[in-house]
Amino acid sequence: MNIHEYQGKEVLKQYGVAVPEGRVAFTVDEAVEAAEALGSQVVVVKAQIHAGGRGKAGGVKVAKNLDEVRNYAQEILGKVLVTHQTGPEGKEVKRLLIEQGCDIKKEYYVGVVVDRGTGSVVMMASEEGGTEIEEVAANTPEKIFKEIVDPALGLQPYQARRLAFAINIPKELVNKAAGFMLALYEAFVDKDCSIAEINPLVVTGDGDVMALDAKLNFDSNALFRHKDILALRDLEEEDEKEIEASKFDLSYIALDGNIGCMVNGAGLAMATMDIIKYYGGDPANFLDVGGGATAEKVTEAFKIILSDSKVRGIFINIFGGIMKCDVIASGVVEAAKQVGLDRPLVVRLEGTNVELGKKILAESGLAIVSADSMADGAQKIVALVS
Amino acid sequence: MSILVDKNTKVITQGITGKTALFHAKGALDYGTQMVGGTSPGKGGTSVDISLENGETVSLPVFNTVREAKAATGATASVIYVPPAFAADSILEAVEAELELVICITEGIPVLDMVKVKRYMEGKNTILIGPNCPGVITPGECKIGIMPGYIHLPGHVGVVSRSGTLTYEAVHQLTTRGIGQSSAVGIGGDPVKGSEFIDILRMFNEDEQTHAVIMIGEIGGTAEEEAAEWIRDNMKKPVVGFIGGVTAPPGKRMGHAGAIISGGKGTAKEKISKLEECGIRVAPTPSEMGSTLVSVLEERGILNSCTTH
Repeated sequence: MNIHEYQGKEVLKQYGVAVPEGRVAFTVDEAVEAAEALGSQVVVVKAQIHAGGRGKAGGVKVAKNLDEVRNYAQEILGKVLVTHQTGPEGKEVKRLLIEQGCDIKKEYYVGVVVDRGTGSVVMMASEEGGTEIEEVAANTPEKIFKEIVDPALGLQPYQARRLAFAINIPKELVNKAAGFMLALYEAFVDKDCSIAEINPLVVTGDGDVMALDAKLNFDSNALFRHKDILALRDLEEEDEKEIEASKFDLSYIALDGNIGCMVNGAGLAMATMDIIKYYGGDPANFLDVGGGATAEKVTEAFKIILSDSKVRGIFINIFGGIMKCDVIASGVVEAAKQVGLDRPLVVRLEGTNVELGKKILAESGLAIVSADSMADGAQKIVALVS
Repeated sequence: MSILVDKNTKVITQGITGKTALFHAKGALDYGTQMVGGTSPGKGGTSVDISLENGETVSLPVFNTVREAKAATGATASVIYVPPAFAADSILEAVEAELELVICITEGIPVLDMVKVKRYMEGKNTILIGPNCPGVITPGECKIGIMPGYIHLPGHVGVVSRSGTLTYEAVHQLTTRGIGQSSAVGIGGDPVKGSEFIDILRMFNEDEQTHAVIMIGEIGGTAEEEAAEWIRDNMKKPVVGFIGGVTAPPGKRMGHAGAIISGGKGTAKEKISKLEECGIRVAPTPSEMGSTLVSVLEERGILNSCTTH
């Protein structure tokens, strides 16, 4: 789960991670009030959306007085920002972070992730702050330093110092930077983050080390033990259909194509998208109905797929293992009748009682095309929508 | 022979009184697996009666702890179906009790819990399969997990996969061609897990019963790339691959917690080219996993020895 920058900074502050003073604003007036309350000469007006690259897209402005704050807030609120992470449709700005400006001496990068290779938490740091870490990794990988953390001990002060020295933090600020990193690790572990990225980490003219930006992502499997984090979820930043699907325990991801997919199992669902593409079609979504595909789940899945106006046909691909094919077929027929299916539907069933399942589909009176294999089904649906 | 499990494997179910656990304990018993008991804290001393398809009823003893269950039943393996919040604790308990094999089916365990589990398991002899996996089966001998047993056929092809349903798909394609399996192992879809591809490939490599392997990977991480290099350098048997997620958009988690392209890394394209570079034939579509293996077996002249007659 993602949260906004201002929320991330509030979380980090609880652990003693230094961040600039700031306030969230939902309106222009609130933005001006926030700037007044901060009482700082220079304030930064920052668009709050769940995507990076906001600065380049015109979503971050430095204001030198309250009039400028008002102008910038007016300009940014309601604006649709298009960044490399939003996709071409962009994201509308509905919240601003009004933050104290600071005298930046130098920018660095600090990030914490779970490294799959070692099965450990790893802290990374680089002198190349402000640049995306992927870019640094591709062009100058020698400039990224890593410390693998033993989960039994946590990040140790010597490791934090080693990182600070490696990225050339001024000597007199190394302990401050190390303290920052230790606090960041603490926040990461305590809140079950999946990513904590501070880019940039800045050293200021008055000798502070602080997080100028903060990107926190959380492990959705751990949200059951973090009600406070769950409360920070901003549904407006998420795809409506994905939210609807999650209510029914369906795993759904919207894509750009026109063939809706309904599959059991995540791996098979991905492979179904691939095989549609292989035969010249374009999948409209990833949708895993899970192992126990009940009639209710299939109905909800249908509704979600059909609510996408781009969808011109549907491919259902089910390997009935524990679930029997006749049960699934009855569910599909029932659901198709209930939602009033108005687009081509190809169904591939395999597994227990497959012949009975096919018979139920054939005798349903509905225009359902039956397929004998994944490849056959993919070819049939591609032909039907083109 | 086979890997990980066979007809001598004695299995306990952790959390055996749960609905899912009972359902799959029955499936395992129907298949002929030696299910010898289970744990359910607070219900030690009781037993659960399971009615089998053949009309018999099996009564399994329930214990409070894994240690007690192991001591009383001689169990060598456990399977875990407990809810995600408690699953890591169950794995730790099984490892501490020194079971040889622990198979965790549970999906949705917090990744930092698994980081701790991995650390605890360092230097221990227990093998962990999963979490978030379908389990392990040696056809005709032992089924531990949620896979449909009847699609399998005893034989000589090993299957290892990050995805449950894609494993079934591959096994089904093999069985319908008369090609049996030595063992099929689902290592699971989580980013931090007990066994990786290489761990299982090493076992298949040393298993006389296994003549070839199908490896099914997907987007996210670099385990397939590492496995490809290991295969190139060590594997004595042909391996055929499939990688899911060529069409997956970056930055989106495709169902499995571990199936995500992050920072442009972990794409299917990268994995496929690495596999091919290491001499591993990759099935172009999931429909062709079986046929791709067949063509490789034919070329090597071992199709006949891999066919179950």
